[in-house]
Amino acid sequence: MTTNLVTAAPGEEDQDPVLDPRFTYGTATDHITRHIRPPISASWVFGFGLSFLGFMLFNWAVTWLFIWGVGVWGVNIPVGWGFAITNFVWWIGIGHAGTFISAFLLLLRQEWRTSINRFAEAMTLFAVACAGVFPLLHLGRPWFFYFLLPYPNTMDLWPQFRSPLVWDVFAVSTYGTVSLVFWYVGLIPDLATIRDDPTRSVTARRIYGFLSLGWRGAARHWHRYQKAYLLLAGLAAPLVVSVHSVVGMDFAGGIVPGWHSTIFPPYFVAGAIFSGFAMVVTLAVPMRAIYGLQDMITLKHLENCAKLMLVTGLIVCYGYYTETFQGWYSGSPYEIGMMHDRWFGPYWPAWWTVVFCNCVVPQFFWSRRVRRSPWTLFVASLLINVGMWLERFIIVCQSLHHDYLPSKWEMYYPTFWDYATFIGTIGFFFTLFFLFCRYLPVIAVAETREMVHKKGRSEGVAAALRRSGYE
Amino acid sequence: MWGYLAEYETPGEILHAAEQVRDAGFTKWDCFTPFPVHGLDNAMGIRKTILPWIVLCMGLTGLTIAITLQWYVNSPYTQSASLYVLSGYPLTISGKPYWSLPANVPVMFELTVLFSALTTFYGLWTLIRLPRFHHPVFSVARFRRVTDDRFFLLVEAADEKFEAGVSRTLLERTHPSAIDEVKD
Repeated sequence: MTTNLVTAAPGEEDQDPVLDPRFTYGTATDHITRHIRPPISASWVFGFGLSFLGFMLFNWAVTWLFIWGVGVWGVNIPVGWGFAITNFVWWIGIGHAGTFISAFLLLLRQEWRTSINRFAEAMTLFAVACAGVFPLLHLGRPWFFYFLLPYPNTMDLWPQFRSPLVWDVFAVSTYGTVSLVFWYVGLIPDLATIRDDPTRSVTARRIYGFLSLGWRGAARHWHRYQKAYLLLAGLAAPLVVSVHSVVGMDFAGGIVPGWHSTIFPPYFVAGAIFSGFAMVVTLAVPMRAIYGLQDMITLKHLENCAKLMLVTGLIVCYGYYTETFQGWYSGSPYEIGMMHDRWFGPYWPAWWTVVFCNCVVPQFFWSRRVRRSPWTLFVASLLINVGMWLERFIIVCQSLHHDYLPSKWEMYYPTFWDYATFIGTIGFFFTLFFLFCRYLPVIAVAETREMVHKKGRSEGVAAALRRSGYE
Repeated sequence: MWGYLAEYETPGEILHAAEQVRDAGFTKWDCFTPFPVHGLDNAMGIRKTILPWIVLCMGLTGLTIAITLQWYVNSPYTQSASLYVLSGYPLTISGKPYWSLPANVPVMFELTVLFSALTTFYGLWTLIRLPRFHHPVFSVARFRRVTDDRFFLLVEAADEKFEAGVSRTLLERTHPSAIDEVKD
C-alpha cells in the first residue's frame, strides 16, 4: 500500500489536525496494524523482559506475603492501611482517564478521542487489575475474599451494606467488568481487520478470527453495534464519577482527622482524572515516538491532555486548600494538629513534594509551548504520577499516624516487601501493556477509518488513483 | 449460488447502490463496510434496534435485585418464618437504622450498571447472531478487504425478487468495481 500519495493543496489545510488528512482507509489501516505484524523487535523484547522481571518480583512478594502474612509489611496499628491501600487508590485513579476518554468524550462527540481511546481503555483495564489485587492482599486472609460477596452460606453471615468498604467491592468489580466489556466490544472490528490481514499466518488469523467472533462488518450489525457502544458509553460515564467517589467515601466514612470530610468524593474524582491523564501522556509520548504515530496521536491530543491535567490539577489544589482551611475552621485541635503535622511533621518532604508536583508543575501548562512539546509533557506527567502517589500516601498514612491519642502516634516504615509489591504491580502493568502493544492495535482502526472519511479530502482522489492502477 | 456480492470503493457509491436495491424491493440483502457509514441505515431502511429497551428492562431488574438483596440481608424485618430460607444478618452499627435508603444507593447504582452493561454485551451478540465463524461471503477472496478499505453489497439468492440475470444487471447499474457470485 502507498503512503502520502495525495499531497495537500496549499492554504486549505487544517493547521492543527487530529488526524493527518492525507490518510486513506487503506493507509490508515496499514499504519496502525503494521506494528503488530511479526517479527518481534529487540527493543520490545527488552522492554517486555524488564517489565516481566517486575512482574516476577510481584509474584515473589505475594508468595512471601501468603507464606508469612501481612506482618511482612510495615503495617501495624495505627497505620494499618499502609502501602496497600495507597497503591489501590493510586492505581484505580489512573484507570479513570481511560474511561473518561472512552465514555465522556464519546458522548460529547470529541473527535480527538479517536486516536487515544483504545490504549487509554487498555490502561484502565490493566490499572484496575493492579488496583484490585491490593485490597485482597490486604485482607490478611485473602483466601476468604469471597466473604465480601453476598451469598447464602452455612455461617448465616452476610455483608454489612451500610459500609463504604462493601460499596467498594461492588463499585470496583462493576468498574472492572464494564471496562472489559467496553474495551472488547470496541476491539471486535479491529480483531476482524487483523484476521483479514493477508500477511498474517494461518494460525494468527485463526486466533484473531476466533476472537473477532466472525465479525463481517454488515450494516445491520453496525447499526446495533453502534447503539450498543453508545449504551456502554452511557453506562461507563457515571462510573467515572462513582467509582472514585466510593473510594473517597472509604475515607470520609472513617472518623480519623483528615479523613472525615465531605470533600473526599469530588476531590478524589478530580485527582483520579488528573493522575489518569498523566499516565495517558506517560504512555502516549514514548509510544507515538517508537511506533511513528505522530500523525495519528498529534500534538493536538497531547495539548488537550495537558489542558485537562491543568483543569483537574487546579481542582486538586483547591481540594488541598479546602482541606487545610477546614482543618483550621473546624477549631478541632485534632484536625489542626493533624494538619500541622502534615506540613511540618516527619512526613513534610512527602507533603511538599505533593504540593510541588500537583500544584506547581501543572501551572507550566498555561504555556502553549509546554503543552505542545511532547518530552516536556512527558517529564511533567512523570512528576504528576509521583505527586499523586505521594498524595495518596499522605492521605492514607500520614492521617493515620497522627490521630486522637498522642500515645497512639507512631511512624510508618515500609519494608522491602511493601516496595517489592508496589514495584511489582508496575511491572505487572507494563507486562500487560507491552503484550497489548504487540498483539492488539493501539489505535481503534475502524474508528480511524471513520475519521478518514470525515476528515480526509483524499477519498475521491485516492479512489481515482486506485482505479487508474496506481496502487 | 448463494447471491451476488458487489464491491464499491467509496461510502458514497454504496449509499447510492443501497438506495436502488431498497427501492427495487429486496428484503434479503445487506451491506458490508469497514466502518459504520453514516446514512446507510436510512438508505437500507433498517428498523431501529430494540436493544435499548432490553437494556432498560434488565437495568431495572438489577436495581430491583439490589434493593431486595440489601433489604433481605441487613433489615430485621426479613426474619419472619416465611422468608427464613434467605435469612438476613441485621447488624447494629452506631445505632444507625437497619434500613435507610441513602446507604443502599451505591450498591443499587452499581448493580443497575452491571446488569445493563452485561445485557448490552450479550444482547448485542444475540441480536446480530454472532459469533458465527462461517458465512458464505467469506468464500469470496476480495471480501477480505471489507475490514480495510472496500465496501460490499450482497443480494441473497433466497430473496423472492431475486432473478440471476436481472439482479446482476441491477447491481451493474450501480457502478460497482466488481461483482462476484457467492457460492454456498
